[in-house]
Amino acid sequence: MRGVLARGLGRAYGDAAQNGGGRVLDMTAFDAIRAFDDHHGRITVDAGASIAAIAARTLPRGWFPAVVPGTRWVTVGGAIAADVHGKNHHGDGGFADHVSAFELVTPQGERRTVTRHTDRQAWAATVGGMGLSGVIASATLELTAVRSPVVREELARTADLDELLVRMSRDDRAHHYSVAWVDCAHVSARGILMQGDHADAPGAPAAVPPPRLRAPRWAPGNLLGRATVRAFDALWFHLKPRVRRSDRVALASFFWPLDGVQGWNRLYGARGLVQHQCVVPHGREDALHAILASARAARIAPTLAVLKRLGPATENAPLSFPIAGWTLALDLPAGASGLARLLDGWDELVAAAGGRVYLAKDARMRAETLTAMYPALDRWRAARAACDPQRVMRSDLGRRLELTP
Amino acid sequence: MRDALGRVRTAAVFGGNSDIAVAIVRALAAQGLKRAVLAVRDPHSAPGAEALRSETTLDVATIAFDADATDTHPRAVDAVFEALAASDLDVAVVAFGVLGDEDAKHDPAAAVRLAHTNFTGAVSVLTILGERLAEQGHGAIVVLSSVAGERARQANYPYGATKAGLDAFAQGLGDALASRGVHVLVARPGFVHTKMTAGRPAAPLSTDADRVGRDVVAALAKQRHTVWSPGVLRFVFAVMRHLPRPLWRRLRD
Repeated sequence: MRGVLARGLGRAYGDAAQNGGGRVLDMTAFDAIRAFDDHHGRITVDAGASIAAIAARTLPRGWFPAVVPGTRWVTVGGAIAADVHGKNHHGDGGFADHVSAFELVTPQGERRTVTRHTDRQAWAATVGGMGLSGVIASATLELTAVRSPVVREELARTADLDELLVRMSRDDRAHHYSVAWVDCAHVSARGILMQGDHADAPGAPAAVPPPRLRAPRWAPGNLLGRATVRAFDALWFHLKPRVRRSDRVALASFFWPLDGVQGWNRLYGARGLVQHQCVVPHGREDALHAILASARAARIAPTLAVLKRLGPATENAPLSFPIAGWTLALDLPAGASGLARLLDGWDELVAAAGGRVYLAKDARMRAETLTAMYPALDRWRAARAACDPQRVMRSDLGRRLELTP
Repeated sequence: MRDALGRVRTAAVFGGNSDIAVAIVRALAAQGLKRAVLAVRDPHSAPGAEALRSETTLDVATIAFDADATDTHPRAVDAVFEALAASDLDVAVVAFGVLGDEDAKHDPAAAVRLAHTNFTGAVSVLTILGERLAEQGHGAIVVLSSVAGERARQANYPYGATKAGLDAFAQGLGDALASRGVHVLVARPGFVHTKMTAGRPAAPLSTDADRVGRDVVAALAKQRHTVWSPGVLRFVFAVMRHLPRPLWRRLRD
């Protein structure tokens, strides 16, 4: 019995949407927009609808999804199953915090309408539940009112990690969106803080332009090696002004910079990349320092490092990733030697700090580490078992991490 | 489940007392293998399992397996999966085989026995395993071939011929299963100091089982189709293969 799994646009970094030997439902055909209330800012879509499609429909009428992840090529079903977050988590919470209801089809053949109040068990099993409670069929999302498709962005260079942490703690509440890029190749872990708010810009075009660049289909495996990354990071850091205020940038380039290069992941060559995204609670900033220091000691340069301050956890979602604290996402070439040991070490640091690793990004964690990171795992397992007692819903991620033993 | 960095959780060995197979499991254990099932002639007396239990923290199980009794093979493969409980089988190693002796060159019964164990028995297990892993949708099979199969030498051509046949079978199996998620790795070690070769004169570029184990595990992670151990043998045999027969014939041992 190899089971069934729903798959959206396949943007998870690991095996979350794979089911070796079993059935995988391609949900992207179910992408209808069922209802759009542009008076209250509410939209009901089938689970295969993408954030891109929703934004394209709602922006011309002055609305935008309340939470968007770093790529617009994710489906609503996937966004709920991973309980994705965006650059506004510190103020607005995660994706599910703006889902008023969704429909869950369980393997028992029930079609359940789930809200955070009416079916708390199915909510707990499904929000952040990595698709293992059933198939999300549709959802209703609350939108944010925007006056234009433009974001007023403020950039600031920071000299080291501590300065970045201080500035984010101090200034985040003044901005709707806040995220930072960290130069891991540099010993100080200097960075660039990017904060933004929806701007007024009468007459700006509301359409999101399609990607202009496309990565080549083939790249040498060592293209993103340590020397290249170091050079690129230094260039990137110095190209940005020391302080730049109130620059108007297109919404797409602010929220989804990587979407600008289609197939960017191909630049990593045949062995590909892994991402390690963790969150550690406030007060455990030492774990962030330790992670960056151990990468330097192992002579492995993360190709991309993104830091973000998260707000409180999603309520009643035991397997959801965000908790109040700092989330650090590091992209690494999978072929780097010594990588497995380095990442295992980070898992231990994160678990010891009371933090956790994001399952939607994980492709290599061990089952033993998981229980320490998600203390409410058993509560999720019980809620999941109530939705799918026969264990029909399966995934490779579930097998690897023994989520449903 | 194989992870993004090529690490696996479970392994099964057919011919679980083979020094090379035990070395492969040992190398997998160093990368986080959790459970190994050894299919051996006598599950209550398996030196391979004892060695792994004492050297590693692996959970090691043994099941009864007779390579020559091909009609019992489906049941033995079932037993391996039962020993893994709910887990998938990530890596299967087909390692059993005998070297044969001078008898195999003169006694037809001995020659047939050698061919039966090394080729027929292995073909039987591989056919069953291939189908099981394809149903599972993922997994790797390591087939222990030999440089002796690359070109038969008069010193051990009965053995070499069985490995040549097995090698060809494994390559074809690998191509047939590639689209079903199963990876077949053909391992071609040179002269390895093991109990099978004990007392024989060592060939040049000889190696030891642990070295072969590490080479195999590295090749598994990279999803290679063939691994030579030591690696230089690939180039040595690229030349040897094309030596004129009269010259090749003079290389007596």
